[in-house]
Amino acid sequence: MTQCCSTPSETPEIKPERTSLWLAAVAASVAAWFLVYAQLQPFSQWAVKQLPVAPGTHLAEALEFFIYDTPKVLMLLTLVVFAMGVVRSFFSPERTRALLAGRREGVGNVAAASLGIVTPFCSCSAVPLFIGFVSAGVPLGVTFSFLIAAPMVNEVALGLLFALLGWKVAVAYLGFGLGIAIVAGWVIGRFHLEGWLEDWVRNVRSSAIDLPAETVTVVDRIKDGIEAVKDIVAKVGKWIVLGIALGAFIHGYVPADLLASIMGRDAWWSVPAAVLIGIPMYSNAAGIVPVVEALLGKGAALGTVLAFMMSVIALSAPELVILRKVLTARLIAVFVGVVGAGILAVGYLFNLLFA
Amino acid sequence: MTKDVKVLGPGCKRCQTTAEMVKTEAERLGVAIDLEKVTDYAAIAGYGIASTPGIVVDGKVVHAGGLPKAEDIAAWLSA
Repeated sequence: MTQCCSTPSETPEIKPERTSLWLAAVAASVAAWFLVYAQLQPFSQWAVKQLPVAPGTHLAEALEFFIYDTPKVLMLLTLVVFAMGVVRSFFSPERTRALLAGRREGVGNVAAASLGIVTPFCSCSAVPLFIGFVSAGVPLGVTFSFLIAAPMVNEVALGLLFALLGWKVAVAYLGFGLGIAIVAGWVIGRFHLEGWLEDWVRNVRSSAIDLPAETVTVVDRIKDGIEAVKDIVAKVGKWIVLGIALGAFIHGYVPADLLASIMGRDAWWSVPAAVLIGIPMYSNAAGIVPVVEALLGKGAALGTVLAFMMSVIALSAPELVILRKVLTARLIAVFVGVVGAGILAVGYLFNLLFA
Repeated sequence: MTKDVKVLGPGCKRCQTTAEMVKTEAERLGVAIDLEKVTDYAAIAGYGIASTPGIVVDGKVVHAGGLPKAEDIAAWLSA
């Protein structure tokens, strides 16, 4: 986190001392965050020892995973979401659309997928966003690149993968996630399926509007970050606890050789199975990463597990139901097919690369 | 003079909060408004926004995406 105390405020009426006060508070909070975070593991080990559970048993292992991972994941999530909340205050779907409108396919797909990472997006906004993009001249395939990347390659998934599984896995996920979004969007664009949109969508004629610039100060951006934390943590809190509980169960009870035989590298069918199982499931990235961590600890292959994770996040039944309002069933099927195929390919590729 | 204010959004929680904020600000300023919630996707898209909630004052889009700031609402209503 950068602390540039001399950042010029964009409006003259904001007093500079108020801005520096906010920056100081952010710096102090981040410092406190690191201090507490460093103490988590000793604390959880101590806490499990206080419980009337024999050490080394299944229950003790599961409890330790749960007691350590819950605060760890919540703290990481808070930090990552805050930082991204600040970054995202520089982007808006309207601005992204202006950047993408009239872009040719290819370059447009790459730009759309990359912007998908930093543009604020929530699934309740997916339909207005889709129509807003398409009606303002963003090509259909480019719109899909955005729509695939935005939920899949998000800051929560990347931040947690980085923290729990290391930078190699996070970078690989970033690269392959973007790759799927770019290629799948491009392929869908090549099919020229504009006719498969719902009729009313094609009839919407709108011009991209220019919004009057709202005054945004440094303090506003910090507040945006805090707002994002409140919003996301409230929304995904239960998923995280559920995910960690499931992870704890896997960590403590599921025998490693059983899991390795089902999800290990030698089971070729496990990648497609993971993708298929992932589609009807829906969870936030924050809920799935602890499960991923536990599965990997038991010898599951990385590609198989990440294919499962991508499938759960990128192809979820609730999102498909929302998209059905603008896409015909045929176009939904193409979308699922193309993205699913991409995830499948990535799963096998990961298993090859991280042998 | 009554201002015509539309809050654009499919009915998510933020859209409702936005509508409440507009009402509160209008009452505080003593500005008469005619508030309408637009939930139809086609109508929302027709205004040219790509994120919700959006706010339209007297036919002009002034805001899109995320909760607006109270000061900004006051500025739009008194313009």
